[in-house]
Amino acid sequence: MADIAFLLLIFFLVTTTLDTDSGIMRRLPPMPREEDMQNQDRIRERNVFLVMINKNNELLVELEPFDITQLRERAKEFIANPNNDPALPEKTMQEVPYFGTVEVCNKGVISVQNDRGTSYKMYLQVQNELVAAYNELRDELAMQKFGERFDDLPEDQQEAIRTIYPLNISEAEPKNVGGQ
Amino acid sequence: MARFGNKKKKEVGAINTASLPDIVFMLLFFFMVTTVMREVTLKVSIKPPDATEVKKLENKSLVSYIYIGVPHKSFQDLYGTEPRIQLNDQFKQVRDIEEFIAQERDQLSEADQTKMTVSLKIDEDTRMGIVTDVKQALRRASALKINYSARKTESIR
Repeated sequence: MADIAFLLLIFFLVTTTLDTDSGIMRRLPPMPREEDMQNQDRIRERNVFLVMINKNNELLVELEPFDITQLRERAKEFIANPNNDPALPEKTMQEVPYFGTVEVCNKGVISVQNDRGTSYKMYLQVQNELVAAYNELRDELAMQKFGERFDDLPEDQQEAIRTIYPLNISEAEPKNVGGQ
Repeated sequence: MARFGNKKKKEVGAINTASLPDIVFMLLFFFMVTTVMREVTLKVSIKPPDATEVKKLENKSLVSYIYIGVPHKSFQDLYGTEPRIQLNDQFKQVRDIEEFIAQERDQLSEADQTKMTVSLKIDEDTRMGIVTDVKQALRRASALKINYSARKTESIR
């Protein structure tokens, strides 16, 4: 009996893969229709945070060379616009559950443009930093308002915070600038 | 060795193994329950990149996988050393993705079709060119929920 159990045990030990599937969730924009094409690029300059990665994995943020270690802070500043800087995205008054009527900074769009030669590792690192910026801001707000981390909040409170900091990362139509 | 030799030999009684089957069974059940059989054999080598902000994929039955990486050594004569796409058990082209998504979608119930997620398991050294092509194909197939597969780490550097 114990022999058979051992045999089975070893079989399952060998075949087990304990890797849980995890990753960064993202929603792709739907394929644009012909009539929508004219409406593109209508977002105002101050509302766009342009992140470009070239084929040598160098970063260009708002057309300046940038280091990836500071990207998170810079993105947070853009998303929240704490000092009402006119160069950063505009705010609108909006009714949000739990918060009442507050200034919401929901017009800002982070646009990531990459080259066909960019490495996937670099691309994902940039995506990761941007998602991290959102997560940190949401966590800070959740802590301040509800005294809990964002992930521990009930669904409707999470929704309220999501209304204040909506995830707006756009993946622009692919461009081929630097070749393969 | 003299020091060891000096020690008096103690008689050690045989260990009571009566509880051994219990322990083995416990382990057995643990592994039986946690085991996830691999549904495909990987023909490409994939080392997913690291990330800190990963989320777990909840419902495995709603997930389809697309693998992109350099083919294994044994396939390199046939398929070269450039990153290739693997769908199910075969090497495929970008143009096959739409059909693959349609197939996968048909297997789901009507209510679940909107919740379908595509997990992109991509090697970290892959260039974005092929990834962009795949993303465009997914957009055409309107499979918009995607998940960039990554390993959880505490900090990237």
